[in-house]
Amino acid sequence: MENPKLNIVEAVNLALKQEMERDPSILIFGEDVGKDGGVFRVTDKLQDQFGEGRVFDSPLGESGIAGMAIGLAMYGFKPVVEVQFDGFYQQMLDQMLQHAARMRNRSRGRYSVPMVVRVPSGGGIKALEHHSESIETYVAHTPGLKVVYPSTPYDAKGLLLAAIRDPDPVIFMEPKRLYRAIKQEVPLEDYIVPIGVANVLQEGTDLTVIAWGGMVREVQKVIATLPHLSIELIDLRTISPFDEPAILASVQKTGRLVIIQEAPKMFGPGSEIAALVAEKALYSLKAPIQRVAAPDITVPYLKAEHWYIPDVFQIEQAIQAAMV
Amino acid sequence: MTQDIFSQFNPLEGKRFQVMDENGNISTDPTVAALRPAEVTDDFIKQAYEKMLFMKMADQKANNLQRTGRMGTYASIRGQEATQAGTALAMQRTDWLVPAFRELGVMWMHGVPMENMYVYWMGNEIGSLPPPDVNCIPISIAVGSQMLHAVGLGMGMKKKKETKVAVTFFGDGATSEGDFHEAMNCAGVFQPNTVFICQNNQWAISVPRSYQTKSVTIAQKAQAYGIPGIQVDGNDLIAMYVATKTAIDRARRGEGATLIEAYTYRLGDHTTSDDAKKYRDPAEVELWKPKDPMIRLQKYLAARNLWSQAYEDELVARYEKEIDVIVEKSQSVQYNPADIFDYTYAQLTPHLIEQRTEFLTRLEIQS
Ligand SMILES: Cc1ncc(C[n+]2csc(CCOP(=O)(O)OP(=O)(O)O)c2C)c(N)n1
Ligand SMILES: [Mg+2]
Repeated sequence: MENPKLNIVEAVNLALKQEMERDPSILIFGEDVGKDGGVFRVTDKLQDQFGEGRVFDSPLGESGIAGMAIGLAMYGFKPVVEVQFDGFYQQMLDQMLQHAARMRNRSRGRYSVPMVVRVPSGGGIKALEHHSESIETYVAHTPGLKVVYPSTPYDAKGLLLAAIRDPDPVIFMEPKRLYRAIKQEVPLEDYIVPIGVANVLQEGTDLTVIAWGGMVREVQKVIATLPHLSIELIDLRTISPFDEPAILASVQKTGRLVIIQEAPKMFGPGSEIAALVAEKALYSLKAPIQRVAAPDITVPYLKAEHWYIPDVFQIEQAIQAAMV
Repeated sequence: MTQDIFSQFNPLEGKRFQVMDENGNISTDPTVAALRPAEVTDDFIKQAYEKMLFMKMADQKANNLQRTGRMGTYASIRGQEATQAGTALAMQRTDWLVPAFRELGVMWMHGVPMENMYVYWMGNEIGSLPPPDVNCIPISIAVGSQMLHAVGLGMGMKKKKETKVAVTFFGDGATSEGDFHEAMNCAGVFQPNTVFICQNNQWAISVPRSYQTKSVTIAQKAQAYGIPGIQVDGNDLIAMYVATKTAIDRARRGEGATLIEAYTYRLGDHTTSDDAKKYRDPAEVELWKPKDPMIRLQKYLAARNLWSQAYEDELVARYEKEIDVIVEKSQSVQYNPADIFDYTYAQLTPHLIEQRTEFLTRLEIQS
């Protein structure tokens, strides 16, 4: 059978469908994921295929969704739950931080919580308050959670399968602004994109740019306008645990680093990557590291969103600054 | 004694409080008749109808503005006008309103200018800044998160020995959030000057009320927390007014909180981003259409020669003009870029001052 060309919504849907066919312990629940197929249609038609026993709407409560998933996971099920929007992860943060992330440690390995929380993430779709948040900093700062954030349909399928098969809780972030923006050939056969492995999207020798999620495509737009520069673009793909060898190898080669992060600047993954390079590759650097990130303010409402989210102008400026 | 309403209409006995039925007839039940306060005259009802018509039209306009790209996602109040007008009429200007997001009507009647509402939904935070004498907390998008604030406000009012009241709105879906239960529980424990209005419009996006709770009513949950709860026909303006007025008066006297379940219906989609056809049987909507809160008031007023099509047309023409002016005004409100920084703290931190300067410089270069 020929491989289909899918967008990210369809790729995630396909991954869920195929994995549910393979593994009967998988359950999908959350708000509006059943008949409605989720507000982004990511779980579309799964209830039709697998029935209400495996794909069901929960009452409206994120703490409840996460807490029940923890119980089910400890009892041998594989819950793949959806939190409707990034901003409402905060309503389940309690359960995720206090229990999902700690159960293995607390019970000294007796109980574990192999669950996946799918989080439509980031801005760029002009939505209401709490619908455009970048929560990677919060989740990555929780020991015991893994955090992945694909930027392409291919990676979305492969990383989701890796996340579902992972023995620990994984936060699976989906870039809303890219949900239907790109189509790519996605293999029908089984494959995984391993957690913890970055993707060098483009090799180069002048400069390394690291981005993830919704920012990757913005960087690609900028690179297309700078043909005179040999830029190495790394799609981080996994925020935690991130791919240290890939980052260091690239910086050692290029000597220049620009980090693009949609989340607010302070204490985020970008800070961590910069610290890593300062610790382990400082003498490779030919110029100061440049970071582009959202300012450390509340995400503005839709009229001002475009001022807040890092844009191509800022990315280009940072690249130029790193090249001096 | 009006507070008897809560024992007379015990939700556990399957009772729902209604004064005017869907044909515009006033209940002849003597218990109900005794509860109707003197101020609810025909003139009162006519004025309320006019307010409801205005909010209905302003709501429709918001939908249109979204469809034509002049507004962001919007959550319509269509079908819930009586719940909102009934409550607003029972509130005083000095009371505090703590809304969710589907409260265009009650916010406006409580004093938030319609222009503010439009500016908010157009995606500018400045819309949440009402005139200084209007006490309305900004819209809460996070479902269920605001009810506890109304408990805190009501506790403060009580501690200060004031007779003000905090009235909070939320949906049926919101009652599944843990915060709802904490709010109800704390309201039982601390007896604040608080009134809870649950707009049970039967749906939380695609999820029907029956999936949220096995309780037969939402009102009965109040009893578990030791506070009165009543289910009211939310499409009945008078019933809503009487029930909320009773609850507000109780709270004003310092006797504690009440839960009112306004049994109503979301006639439209969840928001402009939603398509209810995907999950809701159109036959159900047809069943609710005759219960429309506007229609029964028209019938009531028409029977008393207080409503006619000509009168309606005249109102519509007048309101259309007024709303067009409001649209103009709200569209002319500019977003001040520095605002995105300036309210983060009372005083900007050195770090934010630097980011703000960088930001404003960038805007200048980019423009
Ligand atoms: C904490 C939280 N979770 C999820 C959402 C997404 N969401 C917005 S409205 C809604 C349904 C709300 O239903 P209900 O409380 O009945 O209010 P209604 O929309 O019917 O007025 C959901 C799930 C949200 N805004 N906040
Ligand atoms: Mg509802």
